[in-house]
Amino acid sequence: MTTIFNRRQALAVGAGAAGAVVFGASSRVALAKNDHAEVIQKFTGGKTPVEGRVKLDMPEIAENGNTVPMTVMVESPMTAQSHVTDVLVVADGNPRSPVVTFHFSPASGVAEANTRIRLVATQNIIAVAKMNDGSFYSTKKEVKVTIGGCGG
Amino acid sequence: MISRRELLQVAAATAAVLPVGFRHVLAQQRLTQAELLRFDAVGNVTLIHVADIHAQLKPVLFREPSINLGVGEVRGLVPHVTGRAFLDLYKIAPGSAAAYALTSEDFTALAKTYGRIGGLDRIATTVKAIRAERGERTLLLDSGDTWQNSYTSLVTKGQDMVDCMALLKPDAMTGHWEFTLGAKRVKELVDNLGFAFLAQNIRDTEWDEPAFEAMKMFERGGVKIAVIGQALPYTAIANPRWMIPTWSFGIRENDLRANVEKARKAGAELVVLLSHNGFDVDRKLAARVPGIDVILAGHTHDALPQAVKVGKTLLIASGSHGKFVSRLDLDVRGGEVKDFRYKLIPMFADAIAPDPEMAAKIASIRAPHEKMLGEVIGRTETLLYRRGNFNGTLDDVICDALLAERDSEIALSPGFRWGNSLLPGQDIVREDIYNATALTYPAAYRMTMTGARLKEIVEDVADNIFHPDPYYQQGGDMVRVGGVGYTIDIGKPIGQRISGMTLLRTGRPIEAGKEYTVSGWASVNEGTEGPPIWDVVMRHIEKKRVVAPKDAGHIRVLGA
Repeated sequence: MTTIFNRRQALAVGAGAAGAVVFGASSRVALAKNDHAEVIQKFTGGKTPVEGRVKLDMPEIAENGNTVPMTVMVESPMTAQSHVTDVLVVADGNPRSPVVTFHFSPASGVAEANTRIRLVATQNIIAVAKMNDGSFYSTKKEVKVTIGGCGG
Repeated sequence: MISRRELLQVAAATAAVLPVGFRHVLAQQRLTQAELLRFDAVGNVTLIHVADIHAQLKPVLFREPSINLGVGEVRGLVPHVTGRAFLDLYKIAPGSAAAYALTSEDFTALAKTYGRIGGLDRIATTVKAIRAERGERTLLLDSGDTWQNSYTSLVTKGQDMVDCMALLKPDAMTGHWEFTLGAKRVKELVDNLGFAFLAQNIRDTEWDEPAFEAMKMFERGGVKIAVIGQALPYTAIANPRWMIPTWSFGIRENDLRANVEKARKAGAELVVLLSHNGFDVDRKLAARVPGIDVILAGHTHDALPQAVKVGKTLLIASGSHGKFVSRLDLDVRGGEVKDFRYKLIPMFADAIAPDPEMAAKIASIRAPHEKMLGEVIGRTETLLYRRGNFNGTLDDVICDALLAERDSEIALSPGFRWGNSLLPGQDIVREDIYNATALTYPAAYRMTMTGARLKEIVEDVADNIFHPDPYYQQGGDMVRVGGVGYTIDIGKPIGQRISGMTLLRTGRPIEAGKEYTVSGWASVNEGTEGPPIWDVVMRHIEKKRVVAPKDAGHIRVLGA
C-alpha cells in the first residue's frame, strides 16, 4: 500500500506519531554547518548503517525545490519477528538537516511512506531505517535543484 | 573519444576556408528517390519514426554538431562521436551524401553539392511509399518537438503543424516544446488530434493522477503492439513551468516499469517506447527497465544510421528538423523480435518528389506570410550554425545583437539544439531569424548580475549537460555567452567546472562581488520584460548589413 499524504496530513501524521517531523527552514537562513552526520549518529547510536534494503523514490531534478515529492520504502516482511521500527530522512544541504522520521510497527503492513519535502539547493537525501533487531540500513539519493531554462 | 587537440583541430577546420574547387573533387553521385527509399522488407511490422521536426515545413540546411561530448559511461559512444570519427565508425565515405547529411565535415562545400534536406512534403511522399508497400503492417510514430519553433507555428499556436501532420495520419506522438503553448492550448489541440498523444510520465500536481494517456495498443501485421509515450522528463525545468503549472514530469522509471508489465499482461507482443528522453537517458533506461523491444528516441537530435542495441532493446535515433525518416522493419514472433532491418532515410529535397497534397497545404499556410518571411535583412560572410555543445556562430550573432541592442557587457543565449544553418555568402532573410528564435517566451531581458551569480548559472547549465549520470541531464547544449570567456573542465563536478571567466571587453577576470549588465532571452521566469529576441537580432543585422562571426575561441574545453 502506498500512502499519499498531502502536507497537512503529513504534518498531522508526524505529530501524532512522535512529533518528529521537521521541514526545511527558509532559504533565506544563512547556511550554517549542516549536522546530518551527527543526526544520523544519534539515530543509530553510533552504528554505521549497511547500504541497501531502503529505497528513495524522488525526482533526479526537482521541478520546484519548495515541494519535492519523496517516497521511502524499506524491504521487510513487517512481522512481529522482523520489521522496521523507524525511518529517519535527512538532507545534507539544507540549513537544518532532519527532514522527517516515520514510525512503523508490524501493523503497518509495509514500510513505505510518501510526502513532499523542501530542498534549498542541490544535495543528497539520506534515509536510514532502524529494524527491530537493532540493525540499520540506509540509502542516498542526489536531488538537483537547478536554475533551469536551457533545455531544448 | 575526442581529445582536446582534436577539438581544437575541429574548430580550426570549421573556421578555415575550403580551397577553391575542393567541392568538385568530392563525390557527386546522383541521388534518386528510388535509391533513397529502397529497402528489402523484413518481418511483419514496420515502424516509421520522425522526431524533433521543430515545425520545419520546408527543407533546411542543418549542420550536425562538430562537438558533442559524452561523459561518464557514454564517453566516446554514439551519439558522442562526430565529424571524421563518425564517418570512420560507420564506414561512410567523406564527401558522400551520407557524410553531408550526418556530419559537419565539409558542410559548406557539400551543402552546395547536395542541397537542402527535409520538408514535410518529402516526408509525406516517403511515408506514403512505405505504407503503399507495407500496408497495414505500418505504424507512424512521432517523438515530438513538432508543433513549435518556426514563425507560422508561433503565430498559429501550433495549428499549422497539427493540420499538416494530420495529413500524415500518425498513430501516436509524445511531446516537449508542444507544452510551451501552455496547458490550455495543449489540451485543446490534443483533444482534437484524432490520434494518441501519449505521456506516461506526466501527472497532475494536485492529485498525482496521470494527465495524459500512458499507452495505446495497436494491432499491425497480426502483432499486438503497445506504444508507451514518454515526454521530456524536464519540461517543467527546461521550459517555463508557469505555462503548465498543474503538470509534473520526471523520468518516472517505476511507472514505466509498471506500464511495460501492464502492456505485456494485456497481450502485447511488441513494446515500443515513444520517447523524448534524450539518447543517453534512453540508453540508461533500456538497461534498467526490462521488456522494451524498441525505443524511438528524440530530444537530443541525434541522427544515427544504425540501431543501437542495449540488451534486447533497439534504440533508434532519427535526427531532427525533418531531415530524416526512420524505417524499422521487425519480424515479431512469439512475443519477441526475431529479426530487424533499419534505415535512416535522408530527405534530400532535390531527389524526393514533394507530395502534392502536403505541398499545397504548406503553401496555403505560408502564403499570407511568405513575402515578409523572405525579406532580406542582411548577409553572412561565414557559415552560421547553432548545433554543438558550446557557442555556434549563429549564437555569436545573437549574442552580438544582445550586447549592442540591449547595451550590455555580457549576453546569454540558451543552448537550444534547434535552428538552421546559413552558408557563407548567403542572404539572411527574416525567416532565418525566426527559425532560430521563434518561441512563446521571447523577451530579451536586461539586468544586473554579480559575477558570482553569472558563474553559478554557467556551472548549473554545465551540470545539466555534463553530469556523469544521464538521469540528471536535461539534454540541451551549453548556454551561449557573449562578452565573456571561460575555461570548462567537463570532467569535474558541479561548481568546479568553470574557471578563468574573463570579461572580453577589458580582458579582466570576472569578479564575484561585482555587478555586470547582462542581457539574454528565453527566461523561464514569469513576467520577464523586454522586446522579442527576433526584433533585437533583426535590428542588429539590418544595421550591420553583413555579419561574419568566426569561432571567437573564447571558450576553452578541458577533460574531453
